[in-house]
Amino acid sequence: MKVTGVDFKGRDIISIKEFSKKELLHVLAVAAQMERRPDPHLLEGKILAALFFEPSTRTKMSFEAAMYRLGGEVIGFASEKVTSVSKGESLHDSIRILGGYSDVVVMRHPTEGAARVGAEATDVPVINGGDGANQHPTQTFLDLYTIKKAKGRLDKLKVGFMGDLKYGRTVHSLAQALSHFKVEMVFIAPPSLQMPPGILEELNAKGVKFKTIQDLKKGLAGLDVLYNTRIQKERFPDEYEYQKVKGIYTLSEKLIPLFKKDLKILHPLPRVNELSPALDGTSHAVYFEQAKNGVPVRMALLALVLGAVK
Amino acid sequence: MSQTGQMKEYKVSAIKNGTVIDHIPAGSAFKVAELLDLSHTKGTISVATNLKSRMLRKKGIIKIGNKELTENETNRVALFAPLATINIIEDYAVKEKRKVSLPTELHHLVKCVNPNCITNKEDVLTCFRVVRKDPLELRCHYCERVMGQDDLRLL
Ligand SMILES: [Zn+2]
Repeated sequence: MKVTGVDFKGRDIISIKEFSKKELLHVLAVAAQMERRPDPHLLEGKILAALFFEPSTRTKMSFEAAMYRLGGEVIGFASEKVTSVSKGESLHDSIRILGGYSDVVVMRHPTEGAARVGAEATDVPVINGGDGANQHPTQTFLDLYTIKKAKGRLDKLKVGFMGDLKYGRTVHSLAQALSHFKVEMVFIAPPSLQMPPGILEELNAKGVKFKTIQDLKKGLAGLDVLYNTRIQKERFPDEYEYQKVKGIYTLSEKLIPLFKKDLKILHPLPRVNELSPALDGTSHAVYFEQAKNGVPVRMALLALVLGAVK
Repeated sequence: MSQTGQMKEYKVSAIKNGTVIDHIPAGSAFKVAELLDLSHTKGTISVATNLKSRMLRKKGIIKIGNKELTENETNRVALFAPLATINIIEDYAVKEKRKVSLPTELHHLVKCVNPNCITNKEDVLTCFRVVRKDPLELRCHYCERVMGQDDLRLL
């Protein structure tokens, strides 16, 4: 499929902020094509270097699955301990050398900005598989893809976000990506974990309609999509505060009467207790589907930056 | 005690050739001097601060003897003194008056406020985009953290 004015060949995928609405939609369309009719020869002879300076089994495996499904090969490592970086080599030099062994790089690193340094070090396209607390763009693409698939559209939706909205990078990136569309947003969290003012300002400047709310039950009203996230214990000064919040922000089957009939629930997983397994069998749950969608979305991004599809 | 209002000011003397940076916010005069790396300049340098001003409540002035600031240096001044005026002095007269203007990108000039930014962990030259001028907001090209005036630290 061809869309004019969108060219991904050789491009780095570092930050979701760098994508226009047209480009976001193009990636989703290619992902849908990959899911329907994957071409097992599309990336034959191509090598992906999966450079995981910090472990992330799922991100790594879904990139590997994406590459294999298209006929490509994967080299790489799953922990910094095995690399020369642990011998004091700079990240720049490592990526310059390892990039030279491959046609495309995916890298994950615990330090913010590492992926940008990687992209500047090598000529082959670099895909950011997560750089510390900063960006994880392929997660945002798969979240968008999941919403589009579950609802059939990205416009005219009321999307709720709940849990740790202050530190959750997936939440920030998804809200920024959705700001290209006619989406109303509801941010459900205790005041100490609400969306950062900077992001709310950005949304405001873009004319996005949103509200912040503490009460989960009230926040659920009229939602088409709910993006649930884990609240991490480390964010709280003491155990008591954590226990108090943890109990309140739990999505369970008892709340079903407050759901819109076609509400779809997403969660980046893994979950702890903010999302009851009793919801798994209901029509609301799309979170396992969401995890699975990581493969076609990553197939699309790999094929696009390698210039195998337009 | 009773003569507070009449206390003599020690006026900073005029310079023959060089640059006078006027209208620096009082708290920023020394930062501007640091920013321009004036401690390594050979000519006479005087930094005056807490002077009365019509434009700012209190202002600072820097006089640099025998040195004409470059365009690039002029614009760096805007980081801490967005309203500053630069007077290029020749033979005791103002040869040229410039307004400072902040560049759109700052290369290898300030430090990122984020301790977990790659620029603070490895030998990577910093780069910031100016996302807003007033109040000042800079976005790190690497970690994407936005910092304000209070977070500014020179490299
Ligand atoms: Zn930074």
